Amino acid sequence: MQDKTQKQITLDHGSGGSASSELIESLFLEYLTDPALHRMEDAAVLNIQGKKLAFSTDSFVVDPIFFPGGSIGELAINGTINDLAMQGARPAALSLGLIIEEGFGLDDLERIIRDIADTCRKAEVPVVTGDTKVVPRGKADRIFINTSGIGIIDEAADISSSRIREGDAVLLSGTVADHGITILTSREGLEFQGELQSDTCALHKMVQSILGKLIQSSSVHALHALRDPTRGGLATTLSELARSSGTCMEIFEAEIPIAAPVRAACELMGLDPLYIANEGKFIAIAEEQHAESIIEVMRSFPEGHNCSIIGKVTSNYPGKVVVHTSSGGSRFAEPLTGEPLPRIC
Amino acid sequence: MKYIDEYRNPDLVRSLSAEIERKLTRPVRIMEVCGTHTMAIFRHGLRRILPDKLQLVSGPGCPVCVTPPGLIDAFCRVAGCKDVIITTFGDMIRVPGSSGSLADTRAAGADIRIVYSPADAIEIARDNPAKLVVFIAIGFETTIPLIAASILQAYREDIKNFCIFPANKIMPPALETLMQDTRLTIDGLLCPGHVSIITGSDAFSFLSEDYGLCCAVAGFEPADILLAILALLEQINEGSPRVDNCYARAVTSSGNIKARELIEEVFIPVDSRWRGLGTIAGSGLVPKQRYADFDVTRRLGIEVPELDEPPGCLCGEILKGRKMPNECPLFGKICTPSAPIGPCMVSNEGTCAAWYRFGMESI
Repeated sequence: MQDKTQKQITLDHGSGGSASSELIESLFLEYLTDPALHRMEDAAVLNIQGKKLAFSTDSFVVDPIFFPGGSIGELAINGTINDLAMQGARPAALSLGLIIEEGFGLDDLERIIRDIADTCRKAEVPVVTGDTKVVPRGKADRIFINTSGIGIIDEAADISSSRIREGDAVLLSGTVADHGITILTSREGLEFQGELQSDTCALHKMVQSILGKLIQSSSVHALHALRDPTRGGLATTLSELARSSGTCMEIFEAEIPIAAPVRAACELMGLDPLYIANEGKFIAIAEEQHAESIIEVMRSFPEGHNCSIIGKVTSNYPGKVVVHTSSGGSRFAEPLTGEPLPRIC
Repeated sequence: MKYIDEYRNPDLVRSLSAEIERKLTRPVRIMEVCGTHTMAIFRHGLRRILPDKLQLVSGPGCPVCVTPPGLIDAFCRVAGCKDVIITTFGDMIRVPGSSGSLADTRAAGADIRIVYSPADAIEIARDNPAKLVVFIAIGFETTIPLIAASILQAYREDIKNFCIFPANKIMPPALETLMQDTRLTIDGLLCPGHVSIITGSDAFSFLSEDYGLCCAVAGFEPADILLAILALLEQINEGSPRVDNCYARAVTSSGNIKARELIEEVFIPVDSRWRGLGTIAGSGLVPKQRYADFDVTRRLGIEVPELDEPPGCLCGEILKGRKMPNECPLFGKICTPSAPIGPCMVSNEGTCAAWYRFGMESI
């Protein structure tokens, strides 16, 4: 039974949870041994002729391809920009790879490309190279997109989960679970979409502003780590940070911002919003005395309006995330395993 | 959020747990028999605010967990049949049988789709007239009326390519079997809130009358659960077992009569095998003869093998409240949510999964 599970890929392997990490560690990292890859950050950091560069890639297979608040095109641009931004990089250029199923509507393709162009313009990051493949009908699900990107990292910035220290504050740039819940409800045709909207957006400008302010006050070293909690949600991402830094992340449920309709949908479907994907939020881990000044910058951006200090780094349970619940209890939050699925009773 | 935040108010929760501490004169064991209670207790971290002398144990309340391995094999076999689409609640997908799970069968090419309601399965049947659409019917009294309604709809509208794999179970016979187990040492029972909406709180009276067990029907928010525990402690201290309804905003003494009529119209009770508890008389349901075409086991002649549980797995003992998850030698080592051996580790509502994901007790 176990052998069979291990011999073939199941959807769990792509969920961003612990099955994904096991696959990466036991297969990819076994054969691909470059130290830049083994750091397992959102983007690789490279030193090329004295310049510090970030390089990242991401593939997008979202279904539906158009959803409230965005499309696969917007997601593909923002996703790679954000992976670069999480290393403190200023994104410089993107590639765009398309795999299209035979029979896909040209109108839909044009709509996606228009979204891509608009998103690039807004983000001020260009697509500079691309590739298109078409596969026979049934061999792909409409359209898959891959984007890669490079960015330039400021000399002064030193952002890595290995720099997380006990006493640091844990900051979150806004509400959780908007993207995942929007996709889930539009995919299943559940009828409480109303105000639900994906949060997809590019985060590099907010990150650059934070870095700018910290550099100005000679305190850029106070910013230790950045991570966008995409698949697997806030809990899985915090858990990865706790494990890789050997610290304990203690967060306060009452401080975690969540939009009312998203919370209602989660309650109704029995889903834990801490495990639901985000596409326009990031976690910042920084020295506590600089937390407020980072929050000020976040708040000055519309997409950072609901930011909050959600917790602190301690040494109580190394490698673990502790959630202090709003009713006064506490529990661990382990990384996501498998797809988050609604309860049945 | 209205009707939720009030019941999660930390001041209220604190004063209730202080009251519980005052009322607790000796060590007390309370069992919950609903997966949603198990989850709620962990998700809100309630064990950390309750006194050590109060032990909460989980009973056979997760429908996925009580589904025996032979049935999972049979589900997979049907999934492998030509021109079949399996529709199932998501929790069932990753539970391993003796040779893989529905997820493995799906990865090997079977058409298996996650649905949120049997009504979705009817829609899929309508869209795929050349396929037989089979809904895996698991769950207790809460899901059974919906399944009965879909069978009636398919019958009325002559949808011939829809059927169910009958695997539903009803709660009262299982509780009776549990009570007859002389090794069970519990002082009180949190009766399942959702099940009680259908059955009514009276359905549990036999537990206090015939077995002297203190019972309280509980809702699912922290204050709901603590209030029901408080009611149980009062009964225990007074030595007067009864059924207190502490979830009166949803549960009545007689329950939802219309939903029960629906169940009686479509199903007849049969003996059913529960993981951990064995075969319990009258605890399962199959469609009546009139609706036999909607039963895939009769339509395709599917036999359900009786299989032993995986070696070393203590799910059966855990489901009876005799063992705690961390007493199982497989827990957290060989058996984890990403490579589960027993069902209690798979389902979101499984005791082992809840301990693994949330439990601070295991450290």
